[in-house]
Amino acid sequence: MTEIKLEDVSNKYILKKVNLTIFSKELFMLLGPSGAGKTTLLKAIAGLVNYEGRILFDGESMDNLPPEGRMVGYVPQEFILFPHKTVEDNIAYGLRARRLSSTTILHRVEELLDIFGLRNLRKRYPKDLSEGERQRVAIARALAVQPRVLLLDEPLSNLDPRTSKYIREWLKSIIRRFGITTLWVTHDIGEVEELGDRIGILYNGVLEQVGRLREIISSPKTGNIVELLGLHNIFECEVVEADGPFAEIEFQGIRLLAPYDGGKIKKVLVHPQDIVVSREIMKTVNTFEGVLEEVDEKISYVHLKIRVGEAILVSELPLDAYRLMNLRLREKVFINIRPRAVKLIP
Amino acid sequence: MSYNKLIFRFSWLTPIILLLLSWEILARLNIFPEYLFPSFTKTLLSGYILIRDGVLWINLLASFVRVIAGFLIGSIMGIALGIVMGYKDVVYRTLHPIFSLLMPIPALGWLPLLILWIGVNEALPILLVFICSFFPVLYNTVSGIRSVDKRYVEMARSLGAPFRKAFFDIVIPLALSSVFTGLRLEAGMAWRTIVAAEMIAIPVGIGALMITSQYLMRVDVIMLCLGVLALMTLTSEKLLMLMENKIIKWG
Repeated sequence: MTEIKLEDVSNKYILKKVNLTIFSKELFMLLGPSGAGKTTLLKAIAGLVNYEGRILFDGESMDNLPPEGRMVGYVPQEFILFPHKTVEDNIAYGLRARRLSSTTILHRVEELLDIFGLRNLRKRYPKDLSEGERQRVAIARALAVQPRVLLLDEPLSNLDPRTSKYIREWLKSIIRRFGITTLWVTHDIGEVEELGDRIGILYNGVLEQVGRLREIISSPKTGNIVELLGLHNIFECEVVEADGPFAEIEFQGIRLLAPYDGGKIKKVLVHPQDIVVSREIMKTVNTFEGVLEEVDEKISYVHLKIRVGEAILVSELPLDAYRLMNLRLREKVFINIRPRAVKLIP
Repeated sequence: MSYNKLIFRFSWLTPIILLLLSWEILARLNIFPEYLFPSFTKTLLSGYILIRDGVLWINLLASFVRVIAGFLIGSIMGIALGIVMGYKDVVYRTLHPIFSLLMPIPALGWLPLLILWIGVNEALPILLVFICSFFPVLYNTVSGIRSVDKRYVEMARSLGAPFRKAFFDIVIPLALSSVFTGLRLEAGMAWRTIVAAEMIAIPVGIGALMITSQYLMRVDVIMLCLGVLALMTLTSEKLLMLMENKIIKWG
């Protein structure tokens, strides 16, 4: 199976020196807002847009190969099924284009019709299919030619949220079954949470961070990432006093002790799970008095919005703990934040 | 089929029957002299005589052959050149300005020039129909090809088809509906052009028959010819529509 390597891939419209290695058989999620260059990056790998830099499959340069020579399975966001071909002819198209024998074509198409549950739709034209069915045809068509890599451009974005949630896992299992190196583009953090081995965050054509989701959430490298991941408790801050490995920082009237290794700091981030709430005052650093303003109950946890000075901080509690504490709105509470849990973002 | 459905299916006939009936009544009221406004039945009777004597057939066949020949050659060449222009951008950029200049000229505008160049013979009406079919079919083919979403070609290429294969497998079939629109429009236009040409310059054909009838004050024959023309034009368009529906199953 194939390892994809991008070296300084740039494009005159959007991409800026993207460097990335996607390991063999990995499901890599590329997250970014719309207009970040995600589709352009996929198209560059597929050879459908011009780019500078190098794209290598298993060390072999793809840069001078036309799209038809790259053995890439590309599934665009709108699926782009051929409207004048039936389901089975759409799936068989790549096989026929590569002049495989008719028995091979027949065998492969039958297999894919079964895997993707399309057997009874085989004679239909794309206009007579639902969005979900079209998506399955598009993926089956891409996989038919046994590509070296699979490129999925927001494959779930055209489906309604309920279907999409169900399809996610199914699609992941299909990808695993084919054991194919996959680059999955999305703007939906939910997809990333459930699916990816590693993720990359693309913002304005720049690949800002690559890693496991947990690593990125716990130490986002840029403010864009924080915004994109919808993280809570992120504030503009100033360093008031630096002392060894720690510094005192200030935001919205709150002074916090935080680990600090020099350099310019723009923002501070505290994850909701790292804010401990109590009725009793805690005699440790970074403890503040606040008022419980709002409670947002989720399935297994709650988000408490607590006003401290001018700031509203969000604390996350397990649902059981919250019920046990029996907190009431407008009640005075104390919160504590371990210094190590405070993230400073340049 | 239920009675109601049957009525619905043939409801389009009612206005036509009413029109013919009014024609008949108006003619029989003798408000206008009969030689200027013959009745529907009189026209039908003349039609019968013309068919019996073979006059209508000879003229209709002459027009028909010219339309078919000019239309076929014009469409085939229009489609072929349209494909080349759609395939090669440099051909498009070279020829497009020339065709944009020539296309708006009505086919009949060429008539005086063609009479001088090739004289009055069978080639003249065929060439006129050729001109009136060629440009619009060319235009519709080129614009049909150029309006096919480029992403289909990208998709075909990423699936392993070289550009040429993608062009013929994907672009041409998807441009067909635009090509057929051109063909349908021009089938009607060809009949209009041929009649005008025959009226002006050619001795045999439906147009010639109409002009002769005018000299002989045979309004009934003129009306009959108009009816025949309406039928021929409509039939050509319907035939092409049928062909289109047969070929473009995915539409």
